[in-house]
Amino acid sequence: MPRIVDYGELKERDYLEIGFRSGLEIHQQITTEKKLFCRCPAGDYYEDYHAEVLRHMRPTLSELGEYDGTALMEFKTRKEIVYQLHRANVCTYEMDDTPPFELNQEALDIALEVALLLNCNIVGELHISRKQYLDGSIPAGFQRTTILGTDGWVPYKERKINIRQLGLEEDACRQVSDRGHRRVYKTDRLSIPLIETVTYPDMRAPREVAEVAELLRELARSTGKVRTGIGRARQDVNVSVEGGTRVEIKGVHRIPYIPRLTHFEALRQWNLLELRDEMRKRGVTKETIKSAVADVAATLKSTCFQPIRQALDRGWRVMAVGLAEFKGLLTFPLQPARDLASEISDRVRVIACLDELPNIIHSEMKDSPLSSSEWREVSAALGLRKNDVSVIVWGDPRDSETAVGEIIIRAGEAADGIPNETRQAFPSGINGFERILPGPDRMYPDTDMPPVPLAGERIERVKGRLPLTPWERRERYRKLGLSREIIKDLVINHRAGLFEKAVESLPIKPSLAAVVLSQMMKHLQRKGFPVSRLKDDFLFDLLRLYVRGEFAREAFPDILKTMSVDGKKPQEAIHELGLSPLDEEDVGEIVTGVVSVYRSLQPRDPDKKFRHLMGVLMASLRGRASGEKVASVLGKAMAGKEKGQS
Amino acid sequence: MSDMHKGYRGEALSLLKEHGVRVWSDVEVQTTRGAFKGIILPRSETADDRHIVLKLRNGYNVGITVPTITSIREIGYKEAHYKIPEKEFPYDPEKPRVKLFGTGGTIASRLDYRTGAVIPAFTPGELYGSVPELADICNLETEKLYGVFSENMGPEQWIGTAKAIGREIEKGVQGIVIGHGTDTMHHTAAILSFMVQDSPVPIVMVGSQRSSDRPSSDAALNLINATKTAAESDIAEVMICMFGPTSDQYDLLHRGTRVRKMHSSYRSTFRTIGDIPIAMVSRDWIIPLRDDYKRRRSDRNVNINTAFEEKVSIVYYYPNMKPDIIDSLVDNGYRGIIIAGTGLGHVNKPLYPALRRAAEKGIAVFMTVQTLWGYVQMYVYDTGRDIMELGAVPASNMLPEVAYVKLGWALGQTADLEKVKEIMLTPVAGEITEREPHNGYLIYQGGIPEVERFVSSYWK
Repeated sequence: MPRIVDYGELKERDYLEIGFRSGLEIHQQITTEKKLFCRCPAGDYYEDYHAEVLRHMRPTLSELGEYDGTALMEFKTRKEIVYQLHRANVCTYEMDDTPPFELNQEALDIALEVALLLNCNIVGELHISRKQYLDGSIPAGFQRTTILGTDGWVPYKERKINIRQLGLEEDACRQVSDRGHRRVYKTDRLSIPLIETVTYPDMRAPREVAEVAELLRELARSTGKVRTGIGRARQDVNVSVEGGTRVEIKGVHRIPYIPRLTHFEALRQWNLLELRDEMRKRGVTKETIKSAVADVAATLKSTCFQPIRQALDRGWRVMAVGLAEFKGLLTFPLQPARDLASEISDRVRVIACLDELPNIIHSEMKDSPLSSSEWREVSAALGLRKNDVSVIVWGDPRDSETAVGEIIIRAGEAADGIPNETRQAFPSGINGFERILPGPDRMYPDTDMPPVPLAGERIERVKGRLPLTPWERRERYRKLGLSREIIKDLVINHRAGLFEKAVESLPIKPSLAAVVLSQMMKHLQRKGFPVSRLKDDFLFDLLRLYVRGEFAREAFPDILKTMSVDGKKPQEAIHELGLSPLDEEDVGEIVTGVVSVYRSLQPRDPDKKFRHLMGVLMASLRGRASGEKVASVLGKAMAGKEKGQS
Repeated sequence: MSDMHKGYRGEALSLLKEHGVRVWSDVEVQTTRGAFKGIILPRSETADDRHIVLKLRNGYNVGITVPTITSIREIGYKEAHYKIPEKEFPYDPEKPRVKLFGTGGTIASRLDYRTGAVIPAFTPGELYGSVPELADICNLETEKLYGVFSENMGPEQWIGTAKAIGREIEKGVQGIVIGHGTDTMHHTAAILSFMVQDSPVPIVMVGSQRSSDRPSSDAALNLINATKTAAESDIAEVMICMFGPTSDQYDLLHRGTRVRKMHSSYRSTFRTIGDIPIAMVSRDWIIPLRDDYKRRRSDRNVNINTAFEEKVSIVYYYPNMKPDIIDSLVDNGYRGIIIAGTGLGHVNKPLYPALRRAAEKGIAVFMTVQTLWGYVQMYVYDTGRDIMELGAVPASNMLPEVAYVKLGWALGQTADLEKVKEIMLTPVAGEITEREPHNGYLIYQGGIPEVERFVSSYWK
């Protein structure tokens, strides 16, 4: 019997037993000034737009003269694709009205850096390929993509996770809406350079998938040249179980979602295999599936079920599909609250564009919206027998015709087990049909672009300035005596390289440099100071000035605030804040003043008094003298006073 | 170089031979940068000889640098054979007969996924396989006239095409579609407008700005719309049928003598200059924008006049042009020169002696404007009057390319300069118009608020 097991109930060995295998495709935008194949600025998104373009995607014939499954599916949807254009960051290249310009060299170097960090074999010459996308997410109908490296690895636990490839490609559009036959996209994200890291299916349990995703994210971030923020990195997760099929869950934005998603996909596959076995037992196969179709508009003309009532009012068609020997199968559970009927409904929604739910009803539903006499009439219209079931769908004539076809196709596919699909992730951990998995034939050479040689010297140059990998960093920071919390922060911080440079070349305490560059910056950023835009050079200068004794450590936050808000160099900020350090004499004068002002304060405990006066002094000196220095002067002054009094 | 090593030469070729492998070998390659597995692909003949191209298992192609290769082992061989699926084009006695001529552009094609090469689809069966909508419109017959790139079209092909059109009209075809590369489509449209006169049926030229292997291609829609025009419209003229907006909405039917390719890559590159197009066409409708076009007739009469003199040139004037440019044409036996002059039709003074010499040698010289829009008017400034004195004849608002092919056609018919002038200045197919309508010149300037409002409220 099928089982619905929540995430967390299975042990790692259970996943081993069902043959859980998972691989990742991580898409990560990289930080370049411009887009990959044109000179539009990369990075900013906009909500407004200035123009719209309408396109349709038409499938092209593949090598064997067949249409690719995805291609055919997208063609069946008859979608109008509308692109919204903002004048600031889209040109005629993205709209496929101008051929590509030279490949962005800055992007190429970043990708090369990551390929080397992943221990990939670097190719001798890049060939730009076109990868077909018929959903409209790329106006050309294909994405320009290339790979730099193959067969790399990263260390994980006591083993290696193998990397299939590291690619460089252009990002796709952001979808705004997808209703009925119209899908709308924003083009600002289109063609922003991104790197795609593809692993082999080496992960054996849901938690491992998330951990490896995290590791690869750290690796990309360790270059300091990747974009961060919502949607700037997206994971596609492939899952299969023993005897199953590779299913791709697309566009997972958050790594913490991964364990549940992969768990529930494995569960779905496991249950689909059981469903297949059940169908085999009944002798139903994809080829021999018996179905009947009837127009039941007249039969249901006085139904109380609102959606069908409305359909009839709109003059739509109401169609019934009979499926022979399907008794009990439509409600076969696959995931929490999802069964075979849900999968059929998904197909109808996506391919026939009937997206007002519910879009189907069937004779096996628990709380059926039709009366039993209505179902009997439908059965009669279809000529059903005892073990047959019926599904009803409604829509305009063309859509309902597509829907009827899809209902029969999906029901028949159940006899084969698991359809080749890409599926969309839902936050609850379950997933839904997105599209038919594209075949291998959707990649072909881009004849607009010449090959780009990757010379040995270029690779050596990038090798020469490779950052440390996260695992190397962690080891190194531990040796420097940093706390675990700071290490965790710093490993994925884009200032990590700066930190390393500072500790190597300046006599600064590693923990201080680390605190300033990670925690302090994060704290200030959160409070609204734009410190993220401070240049590394300026920050290095700041640390150098500190080491030279130009200001005390207490002044870091104020200086950073001034630098970030007013765009000042550190020297200027220090000057503006009046932070030039006081010499011993000046400090002595101020201390003496404070001590005399507070001489009436006579706590019994001199330590308490000392701490209180330190607080007053540090606040008024605002980092113009170090705590140690003030403490020593204050100590002497208090001792002197006491002596004087005695 | 044999087919076995297609495209490889020099270093790369020696290496392949040395390891006993060939194109389509499935190989494992060891290199100093690691190991790679894949199928050896043909190499582009213009690419260098330092790389071997592999198609990896993941579908990507990569180049492997020859000097890094330490060994290649063949583990299989997978040659590809390409064939376009042919499906029989359905015949429907109720539908009109349309003839499609091919001259070289690929209006429909199938993609070779391994090499990226585009294989043209052309027979009715092949076309039906890739654009099945055509069968809803007509009974299609096809004939490949030429297989040349647009830039290689010339008098030989123009004459051959005109004669082929004449033959088909006599046979009673109800419409003609001509597939053509887009770069010089307007030259061919213009000369066919002169060589084929009083056609009883539509003659529609069509091409594509995005090759038909891409899902976003304009090819299928252009072909469908052109075929619909040929089969159903009542416009019996030579026209170009290409995208109106860059969006997939409708095509424009441009008169063959007033149209020009105006953008190197946009889909909506063809524009009627100095006038408005004849009609708009989509899958569902044909909407005329004017009613002064020649109507379809049921007879099979047509005048084909394929005279052509090849010794004709266009001189695009630029400041500081030296007289030797004109002199060299005269010395090389040219019989006609079209000048694309500045402004209302001007050239500089240093050219005067050369123009005088051309006139003395009996060379026909006509003036057009490089502004493209507007009429030549050589009375406004003294310069213009001087140039006319020297024998240059103002060619009204004929587009320079149109004047060029028309002059070749005129000189092909007669050597008498007076007669040539008469032919040139008598409009045959709308190449000269009496008036420029107020909406004949619209190059809206982006950035201006009202234009931006317009752009944002319609699909581009």
